[in-house]
Amino acid sequence: MITKKTNHLRLPFLLLSSACSAALLIFATIAVLHAAPRIPKPDANASREAFLEVYNVFTSPRCQNCHPAGDSPLQGDDSHVHLQYVQRGKDGHGVYGMRCDACHQTANLSGEHMPPGNPKWSLPSPEHKMIIVGRSPAELCRQLKDPKQTGGRSLQQLLEHVSSDDLVGWAWDPGTGRTPPPLSRTETVAQMKIWIDGGAACPQ
Amino acid sequence: MTSFYLNGKSVTVDDDPSTPLLWVIRDTLGLTGTKFGCGMALCGACTVHLDGNAIRSCVAPLSRVAGKYVTTIEGLSNDLTHPLQRAWIEVDVPQCGYCQSGQIMSAAVLLEQNAKPTDKDIDEAMSGNICRCGTYSRIRRAIHRAAELSAEKRSS
Repeated sequence: MITKKTNHLRLPFLLLSSACSAALLIFATIAVLHAAPRIPKPDANASREAFLEVYNVFTSPRCQNCHPAGDSPLQGDDSHVHLQYVQRGKDGHGVYGMRCDACHQTANLSGEHMPPGNPKWSLPSPEHKMIIVGRSPAELCRQLKDPKQTGGRSLQQLLEHVSSDDLVGWAWDPGTGRTPPPLSRTETVAQMKIWIDGGAACPQ
Repeated sequence: MTSFYLNGKSVTVDDDPSTPLLWVIRDTLGLTGTKFGCGMALCGACTVHLDGNAIRSCVAPLSRVAGKYVTTIEGLSNDLTHPLQRAWIEVDVPQCGYCQSGQIMSAAVLLEQNAKPTDKDIDEAMSGNICRCGTYSRIRRAIHRAAELSAEKRSS
């Protein structure tokens, strides 16, 4: 008798606990489903800070000397206008007998004040000058995000330009007497990725 | 061994491939019209043509010209009849003369690409050639005159 009574009491208890478990499972599943696709919000502050690091690299002489505001390249750690009245020309490679490769070889020549070299030595074309000199951080940031001013390059393509272009890579192997950029190439690419992944936020 | 064409003739030299072309031309092949000025591509005295384009032979390694065509001042013409040579003599451009072969080789590239250059064109084309005697105004006049002589030659 006692056993029968106990069984009678246990059945509703079992039903109730099963229902509770099912409800919990549903709630947990909904919670998990809601949580799973959530992407962390882009960190705009980290993005802006990373851009400032990248800006310091881009405005270092090794990068900005070939991204001048005028049509003459710059030279030296003081970014003075290239001697010999060198001009950009129609294709970024100079004019007449003053083509870049008249003096610049495919590799750096040894010794101070000797011409540096790379097979692609040139300025950007006149159609897409990609000016860096004189740009504030905010101006340069906006410019880099505007494909009309980057020769049609997206941010990802700009990242590739910085990470793998042979001529860009010269900046970190500039030869005797030329100071490399303040960050290594790897660090620069890492900061650029933080900037882009964080929403490519621009400084004010 | 490195082979290339010098003033239209095939030459082969045994110099180290890193030897500056200037020394191969002057010392190995004996053509001394091309001058050594700075050795750093700063002055233009050593200008020669490589496949029709001006290069500074003092910094160009021999390996760069393998199989290609090099023209020096001696190859411009063998009888001083090139319009630039005629104009240079007519205007009496040189003072000491040391930089003049480089000047003429740069001017030749200019006229090849621009038959009637303006003063601005001349400035852009010739600013890499330094003249310590300051013959720049006569160089400019001579280039204009050479352009006229070339035009006359074409129309005759």
